[in-house]
Amino acid sequence: MYSLSVIVRTICDVFAWFLAVFGVYVIIHGHLTPGGGFQGGAVVATLFAFLLVAYGGKKFIPFYKSSLFSWFETVGLLLFIGTGLVGLGTTFFYNFLAGQGGLFGSTVPIGPNSGVLNSSGTIALMNMAVGVEVIGGLSLILYYMFKGIRLYEESGSEETGHDR
Amino acid sequence: MNGVFHFFILALITVSAFFAIWFKDLLSSVVSLAVFSLLLSLEFYVLQAPDVAIAEAGIGAGLTTAIYVIALRGCKALKKSGGERR
Repeated sequence: MYSLSVIVRTICDVFAWFLAVFGVYVIIHGHLTPGGGFQGGAVVATLFAFLLVAYGGKKFIPFYKSSLFSWFETVGLLLFIGTGLVGLGTTFFYNFLAGQGGLFGSTVPIGPNSGVLNSSGTIALMNMAVGVEVIGGLSLILYYMFKGIRLYEESGSEETGHDR
Repeated sequence: MNGVFHFFILALITVSAFFAIWFKDLLSSVVSLAVFSLLLSLEFYVLQAPDVAIAEAGIGAGLTTAIYVIALRGCKALKKSGGERR
């Protein structure tokens, strides 16, 4: 797949980071606002689709470290299961951090959504685990879809745009 | 007011779904499918399910379109290099 023209690449440079920051916002505010680990991870994985479409495979394939994102997938899954197993003293997935004080355990005020970020116990940790997992998984799907089609070898040596 | 908005979105969803089938050019069909997903996420938002709306906008309008475009480019490269077509 060829890289697109300089207009598309500039707009991708400007807006891709807003996309990444919005995805991370959706992940960390998963227990307060709509969205959660899966939705935020899907938004962040759209960033890699943007980069692939705008810059083409010749620049995207060396930029994207597939082994790193395989590790993301593994670490997210292990973090999720591990958080479930730590609460096994009472039940599986027991929320052992809620209301204990400390980083994630402040008590929830009475009333509608108070917006206290660290008030959810282990749910925030699980949202982050699911987010890391989904970022790794969905961007790996894109990467292997692209490599399996072998457009990378067939795209020419020099950089070509659609405006030439 | 809300009912009119509903009717408008549902009519546009039907039109975009019709065009996704009707176009002979596959790239136009894929773009029409992306418009379908975007309108569907708007409909989910109107029906007060913003969770599903974010997931639909991210997966349906973003990732699926990119995967379809990559697959179309792959078909074109296969056709140009003389691979077998079914």
